[in-house]
Amino acid sequence: MQSRRVFLRNGAFALVSVGFAPSFLARTALAAGASRARRLIAIFQRGAVDGLSLVVPFGEAAYYQARPGIAIAPPGGTGGSALDLDGFFGLHPRLGPLHALWRSGRLAIVHACGSPDSTRSHFDAQDYMETATPGVKSTGDGWLNRCLRVRREEPPAPLRAVALTPEMPRALQGPAPALAMRGIAQFGLRGGAKLGGSFEAEYAEAADRTLGRTGRDAFDALRQLASAGPARYRPAPGVEYPRSPFGQALAQIAQLAKADVGMEIAFAEIGGWDTHVNQGSGEGQLAARLDDFGRAVGALIADLGDRMDETVVLTMSEFGRAVSENGNGGTDHGHGNAMLVVGGGARGGRVYGRWPGLAREQRFEGRDLAVTTDFRDVFAEIVVSHLGVADPAPIFPGFEVRRERFPGLFAPDSQPA
Amino acid sequence: MKIRAAARVSLAAIAIVSAARSLAGSGESPAREPDRQAIVHFLSRTTYGPRPVDVARVQRIGLARYIDEQLHPERIDDTAIEGRLAGFETSALTSREIAEQYARPALEARRERQRLAKPRGEETTPAGPGDEVRRANQPLVELSEQKILRAAYSERQLQEVLVDFWFNHFNVDARKGPDRFLLTAYERDAIRPHVLGSFRELLGATAKSPAMLFYLDNWMSAADPAGARQSGARRGLNENYGRELMELHTLGVDGGYTQRDVTEVARAFTGWTVQQPRRGGPFRFDPRAHDRGAKIVLGHRIAAGGGIEDGERVLDILAAQPATARFIAGKLARRFVSDAPPPALVDRVAARFTSTHGDLRAVMREILAAPELLAPSGYRAKVKTPFEFVVSAVRALDADVTRAAPLVRAVQQLGMPLYQCQPPTGYHDTADAWVNAGALVERMNLALALASGRVPGVAFAPERWTIDAALFGEASPATRETIARAPTKVQQIALALGSPEFQRR
Repeated sequence: MQSRRVFLRNGAFALVSVGFAPSFLARTALAAGASRARRLIAIFQRGAVDGLSLVVPFGEAAYYQARPGIAIAPPGGTGGSALDLDGFFGLHPRLGPLHALWRSGRLAIVHACGSPDSTRSHFDAQDYMETATPGVKSTGDGWLNRCLRVRREEPPAPLRAVALTPEMPRALQGPAPALAMRGIAQFGLRGGAKLGGSFEAEYAEAADRTLGRTGRDAFDALRQLASAGPARYRPAPGVEYPRSPFGQALAQIAQLAKADVGMEIAFAEIGGWDTHVNQGSGEGQLAARLDDFGRAVGALIADLGDRMDETVVLTMSEFGRAVSENGNGGTDHGHGNAMLVVGGGARGGRVYGRWPGLAREQRFEGRDLAVTTDFRDVFAEIVVSHLGVADPAPIFPGFEVRRERFPGLFAPDSQPA
Repeated sequence: MKIRAAARVSLAAIAIVSAARSLAGSGESPAREPDRQAIVHFLSRTTYGPRPVDVARVQRIGLARYIDEQLHPERIDDTAIEGRLAGFETSALTSREIAEQYARPALEARRERQRLAKPRGEETTPAGPGDEVRRANQPLVELSEQKILRAAYSERQLQEVLVDFWFNHFNVDARKGPDRFLLTAYERDAIRPHVLGSFRELLGATAKSPAMLFYLDNWMSAADPAGARQSGARRGLNENYGRELMELHTLGVDGGYTQRDVTEVARAFTGWTVQQPRRGGPFRFDPRAHDRGAKIVLGHRIAAGGGIEDGERVLDILAAQPATARFIAGKLARRFVSDAPPPALVDRVAARFTSTHGDLRAVMREILAAPELLAPSGYRAKVKTPFEFVVSAVRALDADVTRAAPLVRAVQQLGMPLYQCQPPTGYHDTADAWVNAGALVERMNLALALASGRVPGVAFAPERWTIDAALFGEASPATRETIARAPTKVQQIALALGSPEFQRR
C-alpha cells in the first residue's frame, strides 16, 4: 500500500489517460509470461443461422427435395454452388476464406450439433447455450464465466475476459471479473489525466476493500488498453477485416490477443440470421451475412498467425432452421446446427458428429435436423483438451462430462503445454 | 464510523418510537431517537437516496412517523410526480390497446417490407427502424422513463423501492416476444397495487398475468396426451412456470420440493393461458388443456376433476409454506439490511410473515423497525445497483429531469437495462454482481457527464451543490481531500458521485 501511494504521488497520474501509457507497461505484460496463455474466442451467431446453408449436405437428395427454391447447388456448377469439403458436405459459396482454412486442414466442423432441449424460442435457446444448462432457466452465471473461475489465476489480468459487445453477454456473466465494451476506443475514462488521477487516488486509498480492488483493476485495465494502442493497430500484412461491426469487433480481439495483455476468453456476436422470408441461396440475404461472417473470421485467423497455436475460435448459434423451406422463401426455427472450430491443435479438414440424415423419418419431430452431438460435448472437449481444465464438472452443472462422448476434435493424447 | 451529533433524547420521541414498535409487535423499546447519521443511513436504504431536505424532515417529525407515512403511500400527497408523468401516452392503456395501436403497425410494416424484398440479389438487410418500429418501442421506452422519474421524484419512496423489488422478484424480460408491450399492465396492475398488500394476492396477480404466462411458457402448457408420446405436437406439459414458481417466487431453491412436485404443480396450472397473447389478450382458463387428474403437491392432495381452482389451491399451499416465509424474509432483509442479513432478523420477519398470512405491510414494518437496520456496522454496506446509482445521483444533485431517456440509456450502459433482465431470477441484489472494472469506469464517466451538464434533459444548479448533499459527511479523508483539491466545482461533483463512498448505500 505504501509503495503504491508513493508511486501515485510521484506524478504517475498521467498514466491514466488513454494513449499516454509508456511502453514499459507492454513490456511488463510480456515479461510476466501472460502471452502464452491458452485462449478461447467464442463467436455467437444470434438469431439461428441456417446450418444447412452454412455447411451444405449436398450429398442428400432429401435436402434438394425439401428446398426447391433456396438449396445451395452441389459443387461444380456455376457461381452459386457449394464449395466441396469431402464429397458430401460443402461450404456456402460465400465462405471462401473458411474453405481455404479447410483445405489447409485447420477448419473443423461439428454438424447436427445442438441442445437436448427442444425449445424453438431464440430467447430461451440462447440462454440455455450461454449458460450451458439446457432446460434450466435460473442458472445465474454463464459457462465462460465458470471457465474463468475454474482456471483461477492470481492475480487475474484485468483483461482476462473481454466481450466486444454493448452489454456483458450471458455467457460471461457471473462473479469472475470480465469486461464488456463496444470498442477499445470507446472504453476509457473521460475528463483528462488530472481528473483520472484524482479518481484513482480515491480508489487507491479506499478503506472499502471490494471497491478499492475493483478500482485498481479498472485503472490497470485502462493502462493495458492504452498500451495495446487502439489508434495504432495495423493487422498483419495482407489481412483485411470487413468494415462491418462484426469485422471490427474481431479486429479488436486480434489486437488485444497480439498485445499480450493476458486475454484468455474473448467473445463477439453477429446477428441477422433469422431468415424467415427471402433467405436466398447462393446470393441473397443470408449470403450477404455469411460473406461478412466468413471474411471476418478468416481475417481474424490470418491476423493471429502463429498465435492460433494457443487460440481456439469456436462459433455457435442457438439452434438450426427447419429442413424444409417455408412459403415465404425462408426457413423457420429448427433444431440441430453446425459449429465451427479452428486452432489450438484442433484437427481440421473433418466434419465431426454422426450425420442423422434428412429424410422425414430421420428428422427431429418430423421437421428439423436431429441433434446427434450435445453442444456441451463440444464445449467440454475444448475446455479439457484446449484450455487444460482437469475437472470440468463445475463448468457443466447437471451434465456428466465424459471423454468418450467428445467429438474428437483434438488428438486423444493432446494436452496443453 | 464517527457519530457526529449526540442524539437528542426526548420523552415525546421515545413515546412515538415505542408506539411504532409496539405496533410492529416486537415489544422492545429503543433507547433514543436515532441521530442524523442513522437517519441518513435509514433513508439511504428505504429511498433512492436521501436529500438534505429529507433528512431534515425526518429529524423534525421523527423516524416512527416517517415509517408510518411510507407504509401508507396512499396517504402521501404525490401530485408533483403526476405532472412529470402526464406526457406519457401508454401508461394507462390496456395491453390490448397497446398491441393494437403501438405493436401492430410495426408488424404490418415488416410483413410488407418482406413481401416487397427481392428474393435474389438482395445484399443488405431491409431499411433500419422506421416510425413504426419507434412506435412499437414506445410503451417500453415510456415504462422505463416513468420508472426513473418515479424513483427520482415520488414522495412515496418506499413504495417505489418495493415496486422495483417485487417486479424483480417476479421478473419478466421485455425482450421475449409480446412481453415487450405487456409489461406496462404487468407492473401497473399485477405488481404495484400489492406491494404493501397480501403476498398471496400478489402471487395470484402475477400467476394470471399474460406477461408471466408468456414469459415462463405456461400459456402453452397443456395436459400430456394420456400415455402416448406426442409426435410433432407443439403442445404438452411445460414445467417452466411450475419450477420457477417454487424456486424463485415462493419456496426458494432449497425449499424442500422435488422434481415430482414440479411436475405436479405444472399439471395443476395446465390450461392457465392467454387469449391471443400477441394481441394483448387477457388471462383465460382453457378447460380442454387442463389435466383433470389428481395431484399431490408438497404432500397436499388435490382431488381429480378440478379446473382453474387447482392452480389457486397450489398458490394457497405455496404461500402458506414456512419455507416461503423464510425465503421472502431473507430476500427483503438482503435488500434493506445487508448482503448477509442476521439470521435472528430473518427469523423475526419470517415469523411476522407467517403470523399475518403474508401481510406485506406488517412484514415491512418489522424490517423498518428492526434495530439491525440501524446498526452503524451496516452503514454504506450495500453496493448500489446501476439503477440505484443513477437515480441517487439525480437526487444528490437535486436535478430537474425533463427527459428521462438519456438516463434510461445510462442505466443500460452500466449493465442493467431496465425491464430486460433475461433470467427469471431477476437482477442480483448483492455487491459481487455490480462491482466490476468496466462498470466502475462507466460510473465515473457518468458522474463526470452529469456534473458537467452533458447528460441531455438533466439540469441542476452546480453553485448550490455541496459535498454533504452526496456524501453526508461520510467520505473518507482521502476522498474529502481529493475533492477539496479539485480545481472546479464540476470536478468536485464528478469526484463525489464517482467516489467509492457514493457507490454504496
